[in-house]
Amino acid sequence: MFAYYLDLAFRSLRRNTMLTALMVLAIAVGIGASMTTLTVTHLLSGDPLPGRSQHIFYPQVDPDPKRTDDKEPYDKLDYQSAVDLWSAHRADRQAIVVDSRLKLSDPASGAPPVMSMMLSTTSDFFPMFDVPFQYGGAWSAQDDVSRARVAVISADLNQKLFAGANSVGRTLRLRNSDVRIVGVLKPWRPSPQFYMVAGGRFANGDTSDYYSKTEDVITPFFTGLEINDGSFWQFTCWSLPARTGHLQDAPCVWLGLWVQLDNAAKVADYRRFVADYAAQQKALGRFTHAGNTRMRSLMEWLDFNGVVPSDVRLQTWLSFAFLTICLFNTVGLLLAKFLRRSGEIGVRRALGASRAAVFAQCMVESAVIGLIGGLFGLLLTLLGLWLVRQQPVAYADLARLDVPMFLLTFVLAVGTSVLAGVLPALRACRVAPAWQLKTL
Amino acid sequence: MTVQIKPILSALRRHKAGTFLIAMQIALTLAIVCNALFIIQQRLAHLSEPTGLDEPNIFVVQNEWVGQATAEQVDAKMREDISVLRALPGVQDATPSNSYPLRGGGWDDGIKLKPEQLQDTSGAAIYFGDDHFIDTLGIKLVAGRNFRSEEITSMNVRDRLSPPVVIVTKALANKLFPSGDAVGKTIYLVGGPTTIIGVVELLQSQSVDRWAAGFAYRSVIVPKRLAISLGGWYIVRARPGQLDAAMRAAPKALFEHNPRRVINDEDGILSFSQVRSRAYERDRGMAILMGVICVVLLAITAAGIVGLTSFWVGQRRKQIGVRRALGATRQDILHYFMTENFLISCGGVVVGTLLAVAINLWLVTRFEMHRLSLVYVLAGVVILLLLGQGAVLAPAMRASRVPPVEATRSV
Repeated sequence: MFAYYLDLAFRSLRRNTMLTALMVLAIAVGIGASMTTLTVTHLLSGDPLPGRSQHIFYPQVDPDPKRTDDKEPYDKLDYQSAVDLWSAHRADRQAIVVDSRLKLSDPASGAPPVMSMMLSTTSDFFPMFDVPFQYGGAWSAQDDVSRARVAVISADLNQKLFAGANSVGRTLRLRNSDVRIVGVLKPWRPSPQFYMVAGGRFANGDTSDYYSKTEDVITPFFTGLEINDGSFWQFTCWSLPARTGHLQDAPCVWLGLWVQLDNAAKVADYRRFVADYAAQQKALGRFTHAGNTRMRSLMEWLDFNGVVPSDVRLQTWLSFAFLTICLFNTVGLLLAKFLRRSGEIGVRRALGASRAAVFAQCMVESAVIGLIGGLFGLLLTLLGLWLVRQQPVAYADLARLDVPMFLLTFVLAVGTSVLAGVLPALRACRVAPAWQLKTL
Repeated sequence: MTVQIKPILSALRRHKAGTFLIAMQIALTLAIVCNALFIIQQRLAHLSEPTGLDEPNIFVVQNEWVGQATAEQVDAKMREDISVLRALPGVQDATPSNSYPLRGGGWDDGIKLKPEQLQDTSGAAIYFGDDHFIDTLGIKLVAGRNFRSEEITSMNVRDRLSPPVVIVTKALANKLFPSGDAVGKTIYLVGGPTTIIGVVELLQSQSVDRWAAGFAYRSVIVPKRLAISLGGWYIVRARPGQLDAAMRAAPKALFEHNPRRVINDEDGILSFSQVRSRAYERDRGMAILMGVICVVLLAITAAGIVGLTSFWVGQRRKQIGVRRALGATRQDILHYFMTENFLISCGGVVVGTLLAVAINLWLVTRFEMHRLSLVYVLAGVVILLLLGQGAVLAPAMRASRVPPVEATRSV
C-alpha cells in the first residue's frame, strides 16, 4: 500500500511541477537557513569536554580591597592566590593558565621570527583536559617546579616549522630563550577555547573571539613567566603595577586556575577549602572581604560568560521564524494541491477508500515533498556553512556539518512537511464523495 | 467604479483556512522584514560613522623592527623614519603613533576629575602623537592650541603615562566639562594629573565594537612618541590624489633607509578605506545577511500568494463565468481578486504590526537593540501591500480572461 501511495505521490507531484517546485523551494530555503544557524549554534554551545566537564571547576576569590561581598569576584586571580591554591594540591588535578604574545623562531633554520601566542600552564593541564599528543608527551610536575626550559607545540606550529615531522628533542627559540620540545599535540581545537574564557559579561555579546585557535606553544607556568617577563597583560588592576607586563607582585588579576574534582564530596571539600583560604587571607590582612568566593563548573562558567555570540543567537531565532513562514507557505500550497484533486479523491472514496487511507496518501505525499525539500535544504545548508566559513570570525573554521546535524536536516525537513500536511490532509479526507462525483 | 466588499467577505468566509494562512504569512513576514530592515539600518548607520580623519588621503604603516634595541635607539630610528616619510614628494605629513582609529583596540584609559575619585568619569582612547599629529590626520582644532615641538617627549613602554599636557576631543571635553571650558583644566589619567591645552572636533576611538561603545569619540592625544622595540605605526597623509603613489613609495624609502625591519605584505600598509572596511566587516556581513533574508522571505511569501490565489481562481472558474455572463466586465473580475487580496493583506499587516513591535521589544531585552522606529513598520506595511497586489496580479489576470461561456459548462 505504501509503495502505491508513493507512486501516487510522485504522479501527483509531476502533474503540477510549478506548485511542487514552490513547495520544495520553500522547505529547502527554510531548512537551509535554520540548519545553517542551528549547526553554528550547536558547534558554539556544545560541551568542549564531553564526559569530563562536570568534574572541571573554576575557583575564584576576590583580592581587590576596594570591592565588597555583594559583587561578583573578578574573572581571574592574582598571582599569590593562584599559586597558593595551586600549590596546595587539594584537587585531583589543578592547572594555572595564562597566555602571552612573544616572538618565536626555529634557531636551526634561521627563518625570521613570528609573533605567536604562548600558553603557560602547569603539567596537570594535559591530562585534565585530555589534550591529545602526536609525539612525545607533557612535561613532569618536577619540570614545573624547576622551571625547566621545555615546551609542547601545536600540530599547526609543528607543520609550519618542521613539516609535521617528529620534532621532540629539537630546540625552539622563545623570545631570547631556547627551550627543548618535549611534546607535539595532535590537532586540538576545543570549541570554545574554554580554558581562557573570562570577562564575557563585559563583552555585550561580542564573544566570537572565545572560539580562537589554541596557542602555538605551551610552556611550564613559571618558565613562561621568566621567558616572557614584561609581556603579560592584566585582566584588571585595582592600582597601578610598578612594572608593566610584570605582574607577580602587582595588585592585578591575570591568572586562571582550573581544578578537577572527581566526586561530589571532593567538590564540597574544595569549595570549603577556597572559602577557608579567602577567610585566612582576610585574617592575614591581605583580603578585605572573603564572602564572595565562587566555584563554577566548566559549563556553568561558560554559561556565566555567555560564550555564544549574540549575533549567532539572533540569527538562530531569525532562521526559525523563517522556517515558520516557510511552513505556513507550504500549508497553503498543500491545501491548494489536495483540494484541487477533490474529484479524484471523491472517486477513490466512492470506490471504497476509507478516510484514513486518503489521509495516509496525502501524508505520504507531504513527506515526499519534505524529503526532496530536505535534499535541496542540505545543499543550501552546505552553501550556508561555506558562507559562514568566509566570515571574518574566529569560529569560521569550525562551521562544518557533522553526522547528527546531517540527520537532523532530514528529520526537520520531513517533520516540517508532515506537520504542514496535516491540515490539508484532514480537509482532503473530509471531501464528500457524492458531491464531487456529481460535478465531475 | 466601486467594488463590493461584502460579497468578497462572504466568499472569504468559505475559505477560512486559506485566508488565515495567507494573512498569517503576511503578518510574520512583515514582523521579520521590518525588524530586519531596522537591524540593517542600525548596522549601516554604525559603519558610516565618521572618524574625523581626512580618510581619502591617509594610510598607515605597521613597522616591526628586527633585533633588540634600547628604547633610545628605537626612538632615534623612529624619528629617522618619520623624516624619511615626510621628505617623500607625495607625502604631506606623517606622525608616529601607538594606534589609529578603527584599528580594533589599543590603549584605553580611565579619566578622573579628582585624584581621590574611585570611579572613572569616562573611559577614553589614548593616542600618542607629536606636533604633526593633528595636521597628519586632518582633524580640526576647535579650541586651545596644538602641541609645540619641544613638548614632545619619548616614552618607554614601561614608563607611567603622565604627560604634562594633552589634547582631547570635543566629545570627551563635553563629558568632563559640560559648561564648555575644558581648555586649561586639569584631569587625571591613571599615571597622574595633566592639563588640557586643546580640543579637537572629532577623533574616533580605536575600536568600534560594542564593548567600546560607551566611550566612542572620547579620545586623548598625548605629546609622546612610544618607543617599543617591537615597532609601531606611522600614520601618513598623502597629498591629494597621490595616495597610491605615496603608498608604493613609502615602504621603498623606509627599506632603503634601514632594511632591518619587517613590513607585513598583507596588512603592513593599509589605506584608510581598507582600515574602514576591515573594522566594519562583521557589521556589513550582518547587514547583507539581513538583506538576503528579507528578499528571500518576500519572494517566498509572494510565491505562496500566487500559488493559493491560482488555486482559488481555478476553483471559481464557474462562478467567474456566471458573473461574466451576468454582465460583469473583465475589470470587475480583476478588481474582485485584487480587492480580496488587499483585504487579506490588511488583516495580515494589522497582526504583523503588533507582532513586529512584540518581536522588537523582545530583541530589546535579549540583544540590547534599540526601539523600532515606526517608519520601518510603515515601510514594511507598504512593501507587503504592494507585494500582495503584485503577486495576485497574474492569477487575477488569468481569472479575468475566463470566458462567460464557462457558465454554461456542466453546472
